[in-house]
Amino acid sequence: MKVLLGIGGSDDSIRALERVVDRAAAVGDELTIAIVENPRSPRSRDAVAERAREELDAAGIDAEIRQVDGDPGSELVDMAEREEFDEIALGGGQTSPMGKINVGSIAEFVLLNAHTTVKLVR
Amino acid sequence: MTGPERYPNDAVGGLPTPPRTVEDAEERQIRLRADDGTESDREALRAMYEAFDPADRAQGIPPSRPSQLEDWLDRILEEGCYNVFAFDGDDVIGHVTLVPENGTESPYELAIFVLQSHQGAGIGTALIETALGYGAEQGITKVWLTVERWNRAAVGLYEKIGFETTDAESFELEMAIRLDAQTESTG
Repeated sequence: MKVLLGIGGSDDSIRALERVVDRAAAVGDELTIAIVENPRSPRSRDAVAERAREELDAAGIDAEIRQVDGDPGSELVDMAEREEFDEIALGGGQTSPMGKINVGSIAEFVLLNAHTTVKLVR
Repeated sequence: MTGPERYPNDAVGGLPTPPRTVEDAEERQIRLRADDGTESDREALRAMYEAFDPADRAQGIPPSRPSQLEDWLDRILEEGCYNVFAFDGDDVIGHVTLVPENGTESPYELAIFVLQSHQGAGIGTALIETALGYGAEQGITKVWLTVERWNRAAVGLYEKIGFETTDAESFELEMAIRLDAQTESTG
């Protein structure tokens, strides 16, 4: 399966990175990692790219890592359609101090606009 | 995640403090008081959440699996958190929790749950006001929450109390209130 993973550097996106890379290694998915702009991310885009490279190396697989400029949600949806991905994978939301799950605006846009399957990783 | 980047300029004051008793719309006498930290208070709270309708869960809480509910109770009953219960007789039928982001000097996140059997009777308003009054008494000045956007009843209630929307970008609205540091009890 051809999978587009969108990550911006929030904690839930890093968890999604780990899980999606593991799964790609296990089942042989063809993975592309898109690093998007998330102004609320605690990590720089370079740090996120480096982290992605480490995860791929640790899992022993290769994947394209792409820096994506512009509005994250619409860029991911466009890429998925243009390049015929089967699935977009994203972090499944941040957790508040008391444990409430909060789905971010990127995930919301992708869920409402993508014609491909969307996977939110918890 | 952490809370809002900004808070309303105007502080809300004159809030009631626990313990107090209110009469709900169905003429039930509802006792509002702070958690006393005993095991029996924890058990009464657990019993409320065991009876809770899963359809009324919000953003994953309260957790429905017993072990996860226990972990969640540990989290919200920790030192530095503030909890106010609404009792109908010996049963907890409503609960507000205030959980700090990062230490007692930081802003607090608020959540409220009222048992289905006691919804729509005005208990929620009295309970939130009393919990905020209790928080102000403890020195809390900034409180925030998230609420699912389609939950108009809850959003209206928070606005009436003085919460303002600080982020409307996602499924969840983020709302915040600033409290007047309150030293006198009005309850």
